Amino acid sequence: MIDAVGHPSSLLLLGGTSEIGLAIAERYLEGGPLRIVLAGRQSTRLADAAARLSRAGGHVETVEFDAKDAAVHTEAVRKAFAGGDIDVAVVAFGLLGDQETAWQDIDVAVELAEVNYVAAVSVGVALATEFRRQGHGRILALSSVAGERARRSNFVYGSTKAGMDAFYTGLTEALRPDGIGVTIVRPGFVHTKMTTGMDAAPLSTTPEKVAEIAVDAVTKGHELVWAPAPLRAVMSVLRHIPRPIFRRLPV
Amino acid sequence: MPRSVETLVGWARTAPSRATVLSGDEVTSDERLAETLTSAGARGVIARGLGRSYGDTAQNAGGLVVDMTARDRVHAIDAETGLVDLDAGVSLDRLMRIALPFGLWVPVLPGTRQVTIGGAIANDIHGKNHHSAGSFGDHVASMDLLTASGDVRRLEPDGPESELFWATVGGIGLTGIILRATIRMTKTETAYFVADTERTANLDETIERFSDGSDEAYDYSSAWFDSISTGPKLGRAALGRGSLARLDELPEKLRRDPLKFDAPQLATLPDVFPNGLANKLTFSAIGELYYRKTKNKRGQIQNLTAFYHPLDLFGDWNRAYGSQGFLQYQFIVPLAAEAEFRAIIADIAASGHVSFLNVFKKFGEGNRAPLSFPMPGWNICVDFPIVDGLGRFCRELDERVLAMGGRLYTAKDSRTDAATFAAMYPRLDEWRKVRDTVDPDGVFASDMGRRLALTS
Repeated sequence: MIDAVGHPSSLLLLGGTSEIGLAIAERYLEGGPLRIVLAGRQSTRLADAAARLSRAGGHVETVEFDAKDAAVHTEAVRKAFAGGDIDVAVVAFGLLGDQETAWQDIDVAVELAEVNYVAAVSVGVALATEFRRQGHGRILALSSVAGERARRSNFVYGSTKAGMDAFYTGLTEALRPDGIGVTIVRPGFVHTKMTTGMDAAPLSTTPEKVAEIAVDAVTKGHELVWAPAPLRAVMSVLRHIPRPIFRRLPV
Repeated sequence: MPRSVETLVGWARTAPSRATVLSGDEVTSDERLAETLTSAGARGVIARGLGRSYGDTAQNAGGLVVDMTARDRVHAIDAETGLVDLDAGVSLDRLMRIALPFGLWVPVLPGTRQVTIGGAIANDIHGKNHHSAGSFGDHVASMDLLTASGDVRRLEPDGPESELFWATVGGIGLTGIILRATIRMTKTETAYFVADTERTANLDETIERFSDGSDEAYDYSSAWFDSISTGPKLGRAALGRGSLARLDELPEKLRRDPLKFDAPQLATLPDVFPNGLANKLTFSAIGELYYRKTKNKRGQIQNLTAFYHPLDLFGDWNRAYGSQGFLQYQFIVPLAAEAEFRAIIADIAASGHVSFLNVFKKFGEGNRAPLSFPMPGWNICVDFPIVDGLGRFCRELDERVLAMGGRLYTAKDSRTDAATFAAMYPRLDEWRKVRDTVDPDGVFASDMGRRLALTS
């Protein structure tokens, strides 16, 4: 159960090796004991992630979950809930891919769409079912500012995040009558393995900073936040810039 | 509408959850209630009274919550024996109004009368007279418990099922649903108190007043203390101590109707308070007023509100904390831990977390219930508005309370974790054994039960 000061007893990370996801788990662990279910493909990376959270004081379990295989999502989510209530579920998996390849290679483009959008939708449906049965809980969806306005340099990824963001925005409303909260976090450029070697965009941030903002938003029941917070204003302006100017911007 | 899905919170308005609430004849009929238990579903059932527990004791996310206020009959009052036989959904307020004309007084009154008999037993509540009268469970002559199997069992403190009786006292509803009880009331000649009030200048004086033996002269005793001022004013207190007045102690005017129910209420607070209004500035100012208002006076005749429930002058006062709510931190530590206890009071004052509603009381002996809160020691209660960093501060307090051999109170707790709670209640396993025997399939469940891993 989430307690009076917003600390959960249990956390489900879908995308159990996500750096932002792990930072969120660590942030929660600072607030007290936590049972953590890591859902991901069995791999040394997943084992490493589990070991890292155990060292930080978490009671960690893992559940087999492959974002690319939608057929098993319902079962994976059900298994994650089988060991007891889940208080907060983080939809943390995602692929960035190589953008220039992605818009010209069907397989790469479809893989991005399947992981970032289709899988996010399918686990969203599964989570909604479990949370409604349970009668409480919160979903934390990691979106991206890339979904707010598609850019030439990043539009395949951006379009998948736009779709997932819209889905979780709608899910926020659909679950409201059941008392289930949804929080969407839109980070900007985050320094992670996924972005190693890329040029950092302005207002770049770290997984730890994103985690801090995300956890605070869930605690306070905020439904949509940006990381870092000033991106909200920046994106609001960028969304309204006419195309002829937008395409010349170095973003 | 006997069944409806509702969002429930405790008195402190934190950690909401949704449940199907049963009311009306779904609750008043023994048969239908028993049927409900045998077909409860995986999320289980919990009974709820008037929702005055601060945390999540009477919530059950995704499951069933039985609104017991529908069971509100008083079956018999015996002025001779002082026994009252009544339904578990009757409030202490109503019991008091009904019993007073018979010269009977509610034996244990908490800070509010808006609690049900069932809740009073399930939390084994205490009042200002703990040192002289014990807690509520000590005054229950018998109770009827609807168990998971659908059977109603009559339990007595020393009867054949005394283990289940004492597991139900303080058992926060997880052993079954208390349907009905017989309460042993206190006989009284009047509904007034003879009270002495005094101020202490600092924490030393406050502790001294409770340690010098003077407490024994009073049946009722507690203090409001200053938890914001640091330095020399730290722990200064306004003490109110007294006993029920005898008829010959009343002034002529009150003697004509000595058992009159005299508990005025001024206003009910509207739900319009912004967050952040409860802050150091406002709390310091109100605290100063409250402290100064208390005069060193002996032998005053006071009515129930003045002596016992000053907050009842304002109905729904919990709204003053705004929508983010607050939490109440109540703990008790053994008398021997006095030095560390003083340090905790100083650290609360220095923490920046401000509390206005502060209660200080020295408790007497506890009872046999494994999950009953009271034990001989220093009892402290503070109310903190929810702000960033409060969780961490309370965790630090938990560790220190635990290290002193102290514990938290289920009716107030809304945030501690399972391991800490288990360490604070060393007889938890004993309680679990009784519970698991009477409810092997885990029909009774609550948000608190899940948070504290009390039920499997």
